[in-house]
Parts: sequence; structure tokens; C-alpha cells
Amino acid sequence: MNTLFDKIWDKHVVQQVADGPTQLYIDRLYCHEVTSPQAFDGLRTRGLKCFRPEKIYCMPDHNTPTHDQDKPIVDPVSRAQVDALARNAAEFGLTHYGMMSKDNGIIHVVGPEKGLSLPGMTIVCGDSHTSTHGAMGAVAFGIGTSEVEMVLASQCILQQKPKSMRITINGALGKDVTAKDVALYLMAQITTSGATGYFVEYAGEVVRAMSMEGRLTLCNLSIEMGARGGFIAPDETTFAYLKGREFAPKGEAWEEAVAYWKTLKSGDDAVFDRELSFDAADIEPRITYGTNPGMGIGITEAIPVEGGVGFAKALDYMGFEAGQKLLGTKVDYVFLGACTNGRIEDFRAFASIVKGRQKSPDVVAWLVPGSWAVDQQIREEGLDRILAEAGFEIRQPGCSACLAMNDDKIPAGKLSVSTSNRNFEGRQGPGSRTILASPLTAAAAAVTGVITDPREFI
Amino acid sequence: MKQKFDIITSTCVPLPMENVDTDQIIPARFLKATTREEKFFGDNLFRDWRYNADGTPNKNFVLNDPTYSGCILVAGKNFGSGSSREHAAWAIAGYGFRVVISSFFADIHKNNELNNFVLPVVVSEDFLSELFQSIQRDPGTQVTVDLPHQTVTNLATGRSEHFEINGYKKHCLLNGLDDIDFLVQNQEKAQLWEQQNK
Repeated sequence: MNTLFDKIWDKHVVQQVADGPTQLYIDRLYCHEVTSPQAFDGLRTRGLKCFRPEKIYCMPDHNTPTHDQDKPIVDPVSRAQVDALARNAAEFGLTHYGMMSKDNGIIHVVGPEKGLSLPGMTIVCGDSHTSTHGAMGAVAFGIGTSEVEMVLASQCILQQKPKSMRITINGALGKDVTAKDVALYLMAQITTSGATGYFVEYAGEVVRAMSMEGRLTLCNLSIEMGARGGFIAPDETTFAYLKGREFAPKGEAWEEAVAYWKTLKSGDDAVFDRELSFDAADIEPRITYGTNPGMGIGITEAIPVEGGVGFAKALDYMGFEAGQKLLGTKVDYVFLGACTNGRIEDFRAFASIVKGRQKSPDVVAWLVPGSWAVDQQIREEGLDRILAEAGFEIRQPGCSACLAMNDDKIPAGKLSVSTSNRNFEGRQGPGSRTILASPLTAAAAAVTGVITDPREFI
Repeated sequence: MKQKFDIITSTCVPLPMENVDTDQIIPARFLKATTREEKFFGDNLFRDWRYNADGTPNKNFVLNDPTYSGCILVAGKNFGSGSSREHAAWAIAGYGFRVVISSFFADIHKNNELNNFVLPVVVSEDFLSELFQSIQRDPGTQVTVDLPHQTVTNLATGRSEHFEINGYKKHCLLNGLDDIDFLVQNQEKAQLWEQQNK
């Protein structure tokens, strides 16, 4: 009761269906090429138009190659899907940021950086990492393709109201402990299903001190605890980030918006269905060892000696032993990017470690900016030079090796240290083995060729 | 796709694993289709568990074991976690499953199943483990899922449980209606909301 989640949700209720779900109004729908074609097909079959085309933004990101984007996509099936999105957007009158346009990138990177995702909004996309936009102080969640079709057809969705959870993290993070490490820590504590059925509000000193990039990373990973979404009440950090962005309100409208956004916080009397608290001092740089994101340890810790159902199968897949420490384990691939860690701050962090050092000759490194805007900023800040001198090449934006729908596949059996969000079996390519980590930990592995504590580089 | 649901009695396919994520149900490389080709998705259901790297069937995986058949999939807890891909629900439907029984479903996947007229039935941990035991003892074990009465019954032991589904969604499944029909009929209410929230 009287939580920020209640305030935003309740404001968007169109009607409560008798003995059923809520008809919820949606302020923003994002569409990418993978989860939308069947929804547009559905509209055609039913003879429907888009109800509010101006509230919908489309861009391809999953299939896009990370090199030679100016040439046609080689894989005909990927190309057909990317082309279908452009065609559907044109047919239904929707904004489309095509490949190679300066506006393109991963949806969850582009939306916030263009000011399309704003505090107090309801935001959906056929993608579980839509929770990312919660960092702006919005109620944002992933949906299926049938639900995409619902929003295209009516700008509304039918949903059961989730329960609310507050996760408070107080104290101050240690040096080289990032938002990614906080999220990996939470997943290990809460498990990958522990927050299922909930919307999570992140609070506490650690969250208040986080940059917007860090908050976007934290909210991005809410789904990996099972939560439908996660969000952070907007504050001066949020307003400073949004001011002047392309679609953020301007002039008088800005002042009015900020005045409203300042009311967007949970009341002092707010009652959550569940409250959890953690201490920042308990969090060190984190890595995963298994085949779901909750199977994680502090980087200096050993894999547990025993686990639940699936523990042995996961270790067998990863080629690790119970009780083993992973520091010093040989790494084959390093991936910096994805909607989780493909923002400017992530590239700054990576560059801070590799500066003046050299990429290990035994490691293949893929550095993929989350958007062309991030790419541009990398160059403006001179990070491209630092990375090039250390032997790293910057690729073109897209989801890339996070889920390997393009050519960026980790070969079977190879071990990857990845800043992405999932270490499921085969996620980065059939037979690939993934260790999730922060950009700092990924950078440390990229220069040493083995799992390395980034704090050694302080 | 749209089909009416009533009472189903069938043998079961057991998958006693926990945290089965949607990347396992249908790997990302099979998401490139632009149409709802249910057969294509069904053929690739659990692809990387079902087939070896050389494309031959993995004889140790339950879908390749002729002992087990039926239109009810019984899975361990936290079924359908991870990616929101509805292709996972299309694959389950395309293979021919009408019901998935588990003690816990991931949120998005559960909605995706319902939107594709596959019924997710949540049972107690105890009911689930007894059902796995029944199927192990006798692969011919049948289960009845009675949507009108919201009961699920293990016919081997006679044990029956009530399952939850909201009245609206139950009505949709019983009558072959979907949410888009409802929302299009209610567009005026959305317009009214817009006027009140300018």
C-alpha cells in the first residue's frame, strides 16, 4: 500500500476486469525484430490498425551483425526478420530506427538515452530485460508476443497486479564493486525464482549513490531473480541524466514534469509484501560458476561443495568441480556489451583496467557498444584510442554474443567471461560456457587470460 | 491456436528438472521465423537436450523415449524462467502439449502459455513429487485436468487438487476467446482514460 509501484500502476488502471486481470494503459511500447513479427501478422489477420502509433518505437538489435552493418546481413533468415520489422513499422506508421541510423542500438540502451523512457511511465517490450527502464522510475516489464499484439491493437494490456518487494542496500560499495556485482549478489541470495510474482523497488544508500548507468544495470537484471520488473524512485541523478535528452520535456514542460516526478516515491507509511535488506560490505566482485545467474560466488570464493537439484548437471556442463576456486582459470573469450553492460560507463570501466596493458594473446575479445550514441561517446572521450593501444577493437552496436542470434557465437566448449545477463546452457552459442561478471572483471580476464580479481589492478 | 478447453485426460511426459529456462525450451537460433509456424517450433522443442550435436536424437532425453507420451508435460519448479520469448509457448503447443503441470512457473512464460491455449497448472510440491513417482512406477499413469471444476487428479493414486485460474481467463479458455478480442472491444475505455490523464 502506498508504494511507488502502487502509485504508478493505479494511475494507469483503465478498468478492473471482474474476477480477472487489470486493463492497464501503456505509455510506451518498444518493438524489436524477434518478438514482434507474429504480433503484426495478428493485426493483419484481424484487420486491425495500431491504436496509438506515436507511442511505439521500433528498432532491430538482436540479429544485427557487429561488423559491416552497411552491407546486407549475410544470414538470409536474420535479414528477413530485420527487414520485416522495417516493413511492419512503415505499414503501421511507427517510428523505426534502422541499422546504421545514428539512432539505432539495443532498445534498452536507446530508450533511456533518448529520453523516451521517463519517470512515472508504464513501459513494455517483448523482451524480459525491459525491466531496465525501471531505472528511470518507471514501471517497465517484459511481455510475450501476444501481449505485444494487445498493445499494438489497444495501447493496453491485461495483467494481474504483481506483489511488491523492496530491496534496501545500505552502506558503501568497496572499490571495484559495481552495480553488476550488486545484482549478481542479489541473485545468489534470492535465487532465480525468489522474486517471481513481485515488482522490486531498489532503495538504500548504495542505490542513491549509483549513477544512472549503474541503476540501469541493476534494474536490467531484476528478471534474473524472477521479478517481473525492478525500479528506482527518480531523484536529482535521474533528472540530471534526462535534462536535454531528445524526447525529454523541454522548457516549461520540463519544470512541470520534474515537479510531478518529485512526487514519485513510496510513502513513509508504504507497506510492501516483502522487504529485504543487504549490507554493501558483504559484496565483493562476483562471478557465476553454473548455468543460471543465481549460481554465483564472490570472485575469491570457492564453488559450494554441494547444491540443489541441477547443481551436478550444471557443474558437469561447465567443466568445474564442487569446491573449486575459479581464480586463475583459463579464459577463451571476453564479451563486453549487452543491455546489461553496454553503456559508456562500462566502456570507461573496461578501459580503466586495460589502459597501458595488452590484451592476452590467448583471449578473443568482443567489445560491443550498446548503441551508436555510446560508440560516439567512446570516441569523443578517447577511449577508442586507449582500447586500440591495448589491442582491443570496438565492434558495431547490437545484442551480439549475449544470445548469439548473429554471428557472434562462442564456440562449443569455450569459456567466456561475459558482461551479459544469462549463463544458461548454450546461451552464447551451442555448447558455450559462460561466466557472468562486471566490465572490470571482464577487463581483468582479458589482459591476464585467466579469471582475475580486478582489485589486483588498483 | 485458439481452441476451446474443457476436460483433458492423458498420460504424461515427465521432466523432473528445476529452473528449465526458455533458452532450453527453444534456443535463440530458432527465433528467426517471422510467422507462427507451430510445427517448426514444436520440432525444435528442447532442441539441444533432444538432439546430439550431430543432429541425431539423444536417446536419454524423455521426448525420445517411446515409454512416455501424452499431451501433459510435468516439469520441476520454476518452469519457463529467463527470456520472455513466446516461441517457447509456441514450441510446447506445436509439439502437442495442452497442459503443463509444475509447482511453480515463471511469470511471463505462464502468461504466454495461457495466451496460446496451453494451460499451466500449479500444484503443490507434494502433489508434484507424488505424480513424478507415479509416472516412474507406471508410465501409463493418467492425469485428468478438469478446467470447469479447476481440479487436477492423479488417476494412479486418486489424489486430486484444486488449481487457481482467474474467472476471466477461465471463461476465455472454455470459450476459445483471447485477450485481444476483449481489448479491442474496450478501446473506448482506453480513450476515456487518455482524456482523463492528459
